[in-house]
Amino acid sequence: MADASLVDQRMTRVQRHLHLDGQLLTALALLSGVGLAILYSASNQDMAELQRQLIRLGLAFAAMVAIAQVPPETLQRWTPWVFLAGLVMLVLVLLVGTYGKGAQRWLGFGPVRFQPAELMKLAIPMMVAWYLSRRPLPPSFSQVLVALFMTATPTALIILQPDLGTAVLVTAAGLFVVFLAGLRWRVLIGALLAIVAAIPVFWMFLMHEYQKQRVLTLFDPERDPLGAGYHIIQSTIAIGSGGVYGKGWLNGTQSQLQFLPERNTDFIFAVFSEEFGLVGVVQLLVLYLFIICRGLYIACQAQDNFSRLLAGSLALTFFVYVFVNVGMVSGLIPVVGLPLPLISYGGTSMVTLMAAFGILMSVHTHRRMWSS
Amino acid sequence: MASKKGQGENRLRDQIQEKRLFNRRAILAGAGVLGLMGLLGGRMAHLQITGHQHYATMSQANRVRLVPVPPNRGLIHDRNGVILAENRPTYQLMVIPEQVQDLEATLEGLGSIIKLEEADIARFHTQRQRQRRFDAIPIKFRLDERDVAIFAANRHRFPGVEVEARLSRVYPQGEHAVHAIGHVGRINEQELQRIDSSRYRGSTHIGKSGAELQFEDLLHGHSGIERVEANALGRVIRPLERLDPNPGNDVYLTIDSRLQRVAEEVLGDWQGAIVALDTRNGDILALASKPMFDPNLFVHGIDRDTFQALQADPSRPLYNRAMRGQYPPGSTIKPFVALASLENEIKRASERVFCPGFYTLPGVSHRWRCWQRRGHGHMNMEDSLVQSCDVYFYDVAYRLGIDRMQEYLGGFGFGRRTGSGIPGELPGVLPSREWKRAARGEGWYHGETLITGIGQGFFLTTPMQLAHATAVFANKGSAHPPRLIKRIERNDNGEVSDLPPEDKETHFKLRNEANWQEVVDGLIASIRGPRGTARSIAPGLDYEVAGKTGTAQVFSLGQDEEYDADAIPTHLRDHALFNCFAPAEDPRISVAVVVENGGSGGGVAAPMARQVMDAWRALERGEPVPRPDPPDEDEAEVPDG
Repeated sequence: MADASLVDQRMTRVQRHLHLDGQLLTALALLSGVGLAILYSASNQDMAELQRQLIRLGLAFAAMVAIAQVPPETLQRWTPWVFLAGLVMLVLVLLVGTYGKGAQRWLGFGPVRFQPAELMKLAIPMMVAWYLSRRPLPPSFSQVLVALFMTATPTALIILQPDLGTAVLVTAAGLFVVFLAGLRWRVLIGALLAIVAAIPVFWMFLMHEYQKQRVLTLFDPERDPLGAGYHIIQSTIAIGSGGVYGKGWLNGTQSQLQFLPERNTDFIFAVFSEEFGLVGVVQLLVLYLFIICRGLYIACQAQDNFSRLLAGSLALTFFVYVFVNVGMVSGLIPVVGLPLPLISYGGTSMVTLMAAFGILMSVHTHRRMWSS
Repeated sequence: MASKKGQGENRLRDQIQEKRLFNRRAILAGAGVLGLMGLLGGRMAHLQITGHQHYATMSQANRVRLVPVPPNRGLIHDRNGVILAENRPTYQLMVIPEQVQDLEATLEGLGSIIKLEEADIARFHTQRQRQRRFDAIPIKFRLDERDVAIFAANRHRFPGVEVEARLSRVYPQGEHAVHAIGHVGRINEQELQRIDSSRYRGSTHIGKSGAELQFEDLLHGHSGIERVEANALGRVIRPLERLDPNPGNDVYLTIDSRLQRVAEEVLGDWQGAIVALDTRNGDILALASKPMFDPNLFVHGIDRDTFQALQADPSRPLYNRAMRGQYPPGSTIKPFVALASLENEIKRASERVFCPGFYTLPGVSHRWRCWQRRGHGHMNMEDSLVQSCDVYFYDVAYRLGIDRMQEYLGGFGFGRRTGSGIPGELPGVLPSREWKRAARGEGWYHGETLITGIGQGFFLTTPMQLAHATAVFANKGSAHPPRLIKRIERNDNGEVSDLPPEDKETHFKLRNEANWQEVVDGLIASIRGPRGTARSIAPGLDYEVAGKTGTAQVFSLGQDEEYDADAIPTHLRDHALFNCFAPAEDPRISVAVVVENGGSGGGVAAPMARQVMDAWRALERGEPVPRPDPPDEDEAEVPDG
């Protein structure tokens, strides 16, 4: 017993020294390992693709470790500047950005390409947390309005690109901060009613045709079985045919025979479900749940409002990723282009994601001991 | 100090409250997360437990495709095993659009080394829109070896273009026996509705005419099926299991290719038909209709121009004259009428009729003329057969009456199909009171009885019918229906079955065998006798033939007009006919010859029949077939009735 606690203490000391959280790190590493295994299957055993993903993971973990070294106070000091820089780049991307997949998302700096929207995933919750933590909580109504404005401005710019998935994420990130800061219930309920009222306006004037299609197809995939509905139909077939125990790794016919579209990116969860069944799905969801709860725990343990709000928002945003992706793949919500974190093949978002975990770790490992 | 401390305490208390507020919210959010995760889990459980069966089925349906495997069509042989229809690899040029970078340039390039018709390209484009990009689409069928070689040399220039070999129907003898064999063609809409789709899965061709149509069920076989795993694009990944097709049966026709060839050659450039039957079992030994056409043209879809040319051809090569040509039998009907006369005791064989060159009925001013305007003088039955005297038969017909005559002639099968089962066979017309009332809405006239007695008027018969009726005659009232198939050889187990002849049909029983012999003697004498209408075939004939010439009017002459072959355009000249059986004392073969606008039965049709019978005799004895003489149009000088 004594030895065990000694090891614990030593571990804790090492972790504090490296500014890493062991539990979170273990869970993330496990998730990445599972992700690589699925990707190997989903990409039809393409080793080159696996290697590229491995390099990205390496970069992302490096980013996490790097950010974790920065104390929350420093982050707090940088926040307004980061936010401002992000806004400028979002405007730039609309003016001089490069196109990809039907949207203008990229900024090129020589050989490096960069998505400003990714930066906003961190900058918005940082900014709102920064703003709300300057006054005692809960925030006043006018503070809430300012916070919403801070969220809405970059979101609008992102929607213009257009990038619905990221817009959903950054909005959620900003709103989570406001909610965690203690937004009054009547304001919350009023806002929800206003959103419901705004849906028709949103539908008629702001949504692109492909986005409308995605929503319509969600409610009735069969209306376009070979077009937009094809994704949902094929992914539900993949999931359902996996059953309780799955078809086994590399044996999912829906994915191996290419019936499943975008199976190595947004729809990789369907591959996982087909090959590992409900048993695997539950384990994976529990792993995600653990990471999110660990994030919320870290937020609760934080020592100042900025850290608290930021950490809580980042943990909940991570949840949004998981919920939107799994919900979309299983036909629960419309198809919104969001990857399954740490499992889907893809670059920039993974770095941002791990940077967020770097912030969580920084918050957790830079606490001062009140007793000493 | 105190106030400062108080402020600090306040701030501290605030901070604790803020922390509590945050924690409450965080726990609430955590609960929300848990709830929504539960929702996801529930959704997954719903799909993977409740819906598993359903989605597993759909996934299976996605993955497994059934690929039909068409059977090999059975071969068609003649009675001795000569191949009349077979399957040979033919080469076609296939384009896989997916693998072609610049389709237009590729087509142009191909066109410069291999002749591509505009229709080929048009068909290619139509098909391309219906098929998937990785499916090979034919751009040209039936490449010849030169094309294949040229393409092989230029292959590197055309990625995505390949030569494919597949089995297709080939008629190695070309036109030979085309009206008996028929041909296959692509399955059309109507056929698609008729056929058993599981049997024909993957088959593209079906029998369209002749034996190919008649024995379609035997020849086609049964399609097999291969279950394959295919990916989302339909590309086959691997075979799962295979149900082999059941190949079609080989069929041996009753046709003797050698005899058939003689029949075709003796007809030469005439339009007409020759049918030869084995009187002992109904085997169709030869079924020739001229002119002929090349059935190979139809296998891969004939092009519009060629088809229209064939259809517009005034000689109508597509028309099966042997089965569908309906001609007045003319004097070839006389043996049957003569037998009717004797059996019905209308006249004794020795009883004479005076022929002044015409015949009259009491109280009627019309004169029914004999073909011999001078008149034949006194004629007994044998004389009337030898010289084909019309007046004798006018008298017999008049005394028999249309009802008895129709009943008796019906016994030989006139006026109905022979039972050969050959598709498209027509029944001819055996006129009767009922027939005329139904067809013309008029009553019967005596005069029509007279001309029916010499095979004119409404009377129509097909060459097949005439040959069959002659066989019934030769067999003294009974015969097997004509048949085209002799043997079936199964390709799945090698079983060979020789088919028994169709059941013998007894058409009538002779009252007195001597009557039959009287008529046969008359028929022999029409060849052997110095005045016989068919005496031209007698020289060198070393067996006895019982035969009758016939000349069927294509148009009617006026009461006193003279028939002058040279003054009449070819297409209005009389048809020349001859029907016979041999050997007269032990009949084994019956032959019917119809030569359209041939002019003279004795001069044109009878020599053709003789050559067919000579060939048959030679074959029967295992001797080489004598080379048939080409017909000589100017030889047709022996007139008859």
